[in-house]
Amino acid sequence: MATRLQFENSCEVGVFSKLTNAYCLVAIGGSENFYSTFESELADVIPVVKTSIGDTRIIGRLVVGNKNGLLVPHTTTDQELQHLRNCLPDQVVVQRIEERLSALGNCIACNDHVALTHTDLDRDTEEIIADVLGVEVFRQTIAGNILVGSYCAFSNRGGLVHPHTSIEDLDELSTLLQVPLVAGTVNRGSEVIAAGMTVNDWTAFCGSDTTATELSVIESVFKLREAQPSAIVDEMRKSLIDSYV
Amino acid sequence: MAGEAGMFMVQQTIGSVLCCKCGIPMAPNAANMCVNCLRSEVDITEGLQKNVIIMHCPECDSYLQPPRTWIKAQLESKELLTFCVKRLKNLNKVRLVHAEFVWTEPHSKRVKVKLRVQKEVLNGAILEQAYIVEYVLQDHMCESCSRVAANPDQWVASVQLRQHVSHRRTFFYLEQLILKHDAAARAIKIKQMAQGIDFFFANRSHAQKFVDFVGKVAPIKSRDDKQLVSHDPKSNNYNYKYTFSVEICPICREDLICLPPKVAVSLGNLGPLVICTKVSNSIALLDPLTLRHCFLDAEQYWRVPFKSLLSSRQLVEYIVLDVEIVSSEVNVGGSKYALADAQVARASDFGKNDTIFSIRTHLGHILNPGDFALGFDLYGANCNDIELDKYKGLVIPDTILIRKSYEEKRQRKRGKPRSWKLKSLNMEVDDSKARVDQDKMNSEYEQFLRDLEENPDMRFNISLYRNKEYQSSEMASMTDGEDAPSVPLEELLGDLDLTDEEDGNESMKE
Repeated sequence: MATRLQFENSCEVGVFSKLTNAYCLVAIGGSENFYSTFESELADVIPVVKTSIGDTRIIGRLVVGNKNGLLVPHTTTDQELQHLRNCLPDQVVVQRIEERLSALGNCIACNDHVALTHTDLDRDTEEIIADVLGVEVFRQTIAGNILVGSYCAFSNRGGLVHPHTSIEDLDELSTLLQVPLVAGTVNRGSEVIAAGMTVNDWTAFCGSDTTATELSVIESVFKLREAQPSAIVDEMRKSLIDSYV
Repeated sequence: MAGEAGMFMVQQTIGSVLCCKCGIPMAPNAANMCVNCLRSEVDITEGLQKNVIIMHCPECDSYLQPPRTWIKAQLESKELLTFCVKRLKNLNKVRLVHAEFVWTEPHSKRVKVKLRVQKEVLNGAILEQAYIVEYVLQDHMCESCSRVAANPDQWVASVQLRQHVSHRRTFFYLEQLILKHDAAARAIKIKQMAQGIDFFFANRSHAQKFVDFVGKVAPIKSRDDKQLVSHDPKSNNYNYKYTFSVEICPICREDLICLPPKVAVSLGNLGPLVICTKVSNSIALLDPLTLRHCFLDAEQYWRVPFKSLLSSRQLVEYIVLDVEIVSSEVNVGGSKYALADAQVARASDFGKNDTIFSIRTHLGHILNPGDFALGFDLYGANCNDIELDKYKGLVIPDTILIRKSYEEKRQRKRGKPRSWKLKSLNMEVDDSKARVDQDKMNSEYEQFLRDLEENPDMRFNISLYRNKEYQSSEMASMTDGEDAPSVPLEELLGDLDLTDEEDGNESMKE
């Protein structure tokens, strides 16, 4: 299910949070509302960690990660890095990288298998991404925008991209990512997709301006209706039983 | 460009996204909202004026452009549209794309203008919207109309043009000059008075300009006075009525003058009996006995003013019996003269007695024996002139011929219309005064027209128009030698008459 929420009167929830299949990071806000919304949705399944990156709250735009790992920019302090290592599950590798383009969240978009990156990203960074996150890396643009991390959001089940993306680009990206994609908007027509929402395989959080139409697009392309945290296990079990019988 | 260079270009097909509000598929735009939703979301005409009151003068159909300019414009005209659009405030916040009138009933005192405006809304999307502005016309008379309505002949300055002579010939000529130069275009009213014309103006400067014009074409003396009409001591406003009294010198063309001794001496002992050959802003004097001539400008004249001894109304007809040229032709002030000895007899005496005058004349170049000529009969005249009495022992010639007479020739043409005509000023005749004898006026006017025919240099300054009623007859076959002078066709102007389509191409000015 997709949830609508606000971070201190701002609808850009993707800026202040980072959601993956293995953990969720939220910014430290003035009130607990934002945190508790995540907590109530995810607490049973994955850890929800309050953190800052380089003493800022815009963590969603600074970090990139999936269930395998988390990359933080060089502005991250040692305390923050230690805090993240303490709070995240042991199988998640947390690594700080020396990259000139420090807003990693804006420059890199990824799911558990593939990552799209900014075209000017360092070679070393590209290798680290491939190693830490365990993904295949493609340098790409989305509708002429090099900030791929800002203008698209995708999970292992689907993706939403900038509304101006042409059908040919959509086909190409879809082939790379091996997930269905759709051009769309969040937050009542905003085209900065990743800033307006954050998504994993079974849930999504959108800004409170998001209209019903946008929400229905999001739910259908990310296949959130039938999704539950246990759905994957259920499916596996079903197949096991099938083979059992 | 890249495609021409042989570069591979991926074809880009614009996909469709769902409108974020209503969910219909549409081409992506900057707001990512369909046009209808965008319209419902924002109204770009908000804050623009939809109702405007404009001042309209019902008399002259003009509109007030604040603070005090009045612009003349027809309904549904381009000028009115410009005016209407200019009256709108805040229109600089949007971009005006189109404006047009929506028809309204002329009596409704409403003008409706449909405007299309564009404005940027929601992160770069440009929205276009049409709306109607209603203008309410409030009747408000403009300054000049209200002045006219209060009192149609509310003049501020008047010019009283006078010449103290017994005929109106000067004014006929002056009328044509005024018409040609359009000098009295600003006059509110023109009134014909006993010995002149009154011109009324709404403004002192208009009157002053007119006086200046008259001063350029006639030797005049003028003075001006003002009368206080009203006075507002708080704002220090004074309302005056101005009167310009302009006197034209009484000397006319073809007058015989006896110069006062002072003037004669100052002109190098000219005369003292001289004839006036031309009057413009100066007076041309010619001694018919010696062919000496000189010019007297207005200032010189008014320093020592004099009157004419005999005027052109007192001309008598003579028959020329014999002409003997004394000197060859000389050019005097633009016209030719030749001194001659002539024997003449009065036409009235002809066949009754044998009174013959042997005289000297300046018309030797055109007179032939048997011709008729007009001249002053000094032999029979009874002159009571102070100036003449001042000269002791002055030998006065019996006759001074002034010009050749074409009376005989003219008899033939009598009753036929002329091939040309003149325009006339729209003058009011002063009824309160003793009615000017209409017959006398008409004969003087006829005389003036003849003068014009005989004198090309008089025609030079005025505009003659082609007479449409005139048909050129079989005159050519009838002419025998010398004919009465007439105006050649090339000198005539076509009258601009737009209703007559047939003569449309003729009516160009030469």
